[in-house]
Amino acid sequence: MKRPDFTQVAEFVVGDAQADRMVPPTGITARLTLLSAAAMAFLAVFALALSVATGRMAERWGDELARSSTLRISAPADQIDAQTQAALRVLEQTPGIASARALTDEEQRSLLEPWFGPDLPVETLPIPQLIEVIEDGAGYDAQGLRLRLSAEVPGAVLDDHTRWRQPLVTAAGRLRLLGWVSIVLIFGTMAAMITLAANAALAANAQVIAVLRLVGARDSYIAKAFVRRYTLRTLGGAAFGVVAGLVAILLLPSAQTAGGFLTGLGFQGAGWLLPLVIPPLAAAVAFVATHLAATRTLKELP
Amino acid sequence: MIELENVAMSYGGGELLSDISLQLAPGSFHFLTGPSGSGKTTFLKLCYAALTPTSGQVRLFDRDVRAMDRDDIALARRRIGVVHQDVQFLDHLPVADNVALPLTVSGRDTLDETVNLRELLNWVGLKSRADALPPELSGGERQRAALARAVIMSPDVILADEPTGNIDWDMSQRLLQLLVELNRMGKTIMIATHDLNLIRAAKGQVQARVLRIAGRRLQLAGADL
Ligand SMILES: Nc1ncnc2c1ncn2[C@@H]1O[C@H](COP(=O)(O)OP(=O)(O)OP(=O)(O)O)[C@@H](O)[C@H]1O
Ligand SMILES: [Mg+2]
Repeated sequence: MKRPDFTQVAEFVVGDAQADRMVPPTGITARLTLLSAAAMAFLAVFALALSVATGRMAERWGDELARSSTLRISAPADQIDAQTQAALRVLEQTPGIASARALTDEEQRSLLEPWFGPDLPVETLPIPQLIEVIEDGAGYDAQGLRLRLSAEVPGAVLDDHTRWRQPLVTAAGRLRLLGWVSIVLIFGTMAAMITLAANAALAANAQVIAVLRLVGARDSYIAKAFVRRYTLRTLGGAAFGVVAGLVAILLLPSAQTAGGFLTGLGFQGAGWLLPLVIPPLAAAVAFVATHLAATRTLKELP
Repeated sequence: MIELENVAMSYGGGELLSDISLQLAPGSFHFLTGPSGSGKTTFLKLCYAALTPTSGQVRLFDRDVRAMDRDDIALARRRIGVVHQDVQFLDHLPVADNVALPLTVSGRDTLDETVNLRELLNWVGLKSRADALPPELSGGERQRAALARAVIMSPDVILADEPTGNIDWDMSQRLLQLLVELNRMGKTIMIATHDLNLIRAAKGQVQARVLRIAGRRLQLAGADL
């Protein structure tokens, strides 16, 4: 078969008005195909949004959190300053660390404020000193740093966030995978439904097909009438479904901080163009499904 | 044109036709007779490749039917006009479109063909019914429309299965006239019929041979009609 070029596609869409008239119009299957294509496209938009959003989330968690870590120094009150200085010295010498800074008392107090209120006398409490560590692009060797700290600053505990970050990143990755699996399932279901509809139409039009064969129509001519119909129908239905899905996503209430994950469901920037792939893809699925169904049916006729 | 060589045909039970050999030469005119159920329709179906023989060879335009793929058969049918015994149409399209169907499916529905179409409809007496739908036609009107559809492509061969079954004598004569004219233009004609009067009428106008299916064989009937 020749590779279809754009004039062929255009010809297909504009169509052979005559060939189209050969098959009688079918009210109910037409509407059902349209409706199910729209519903599937609507669902595909959400599955796509889920995949994109979780992908974004995994990246953000992986990225931002990886770049900062915390060093906690717990030591008797008289040693804490000395150990802090020692730790900062070690951190300065560690390759891959862009900056390290001991939090001030005010900063520490504001961190604790949500839990203990504003009047907490931080100075008098045995609160560990926190040091904020910012990595450069390449990152540092956490294992090596821990070893060195345990030798030189016994009260230091390095928290590079991997411990709680990793499960979140994994979960986000799984969600994204689920999103893609859903998309595959949605298109698979669409193919199955269109095949069923096309088969029903082919069976209902057995006499039409027989007459066309007897007067010398080729299989490709007969198949085209069915294929074109179902492809265009699916394209139209899917386009409608995508628009409805995008509107639904636009109308999601935005709760900035509280929502986090929930409000992240959506597209950003050029990502809004991504769902536009769904209608042509659905049309391609319909084309292949109807083509296969028609060829199979026709081959069994005299 | 169409050649059968030692053809046998069975639908699964016993053999319906055995050892049939025939060559339809270009420009020949044949009638096919035989009792009901003797296999006339079956024989014609073998001739336009709606059936493949259980044994023997059928050649359409010098090609073995078994070696032809579906597209080859479709192309061969454009050169063979068939009037079926159980005439079928596209019931959602008007008569004129149905008659023009062979042109349409072969991409030949040009403007000058529409003139032909009108003349042809006129000849078979369906001018006033051109816009009717096939289910609205009488049995005879259906057969006339079927004949018009069979000849519109100006095919090399015309096979007609009981084309005058539901038609009065005048109209039968008229349709026969059309087939005789086509035969004079060089077309090969084969008509399956019970109507001996039709055969007699034709014999006055053309050199027609009468074939008879009897006892599973094809025989050339004598001049004893
Ligand atoms: N598709 C089929 N399957 C099984 N048997 C068939 C089939 N078509 C025809 N027959 C049988 O084959 C025999 C010949 O049928 P055919 O239609 O060729 O007869 P015919 O000579 O055209 O008869 P008529 O004059 O009544 O039209 C009949 O007994 C019929 O029952
Ligand atoms: Mg018959």
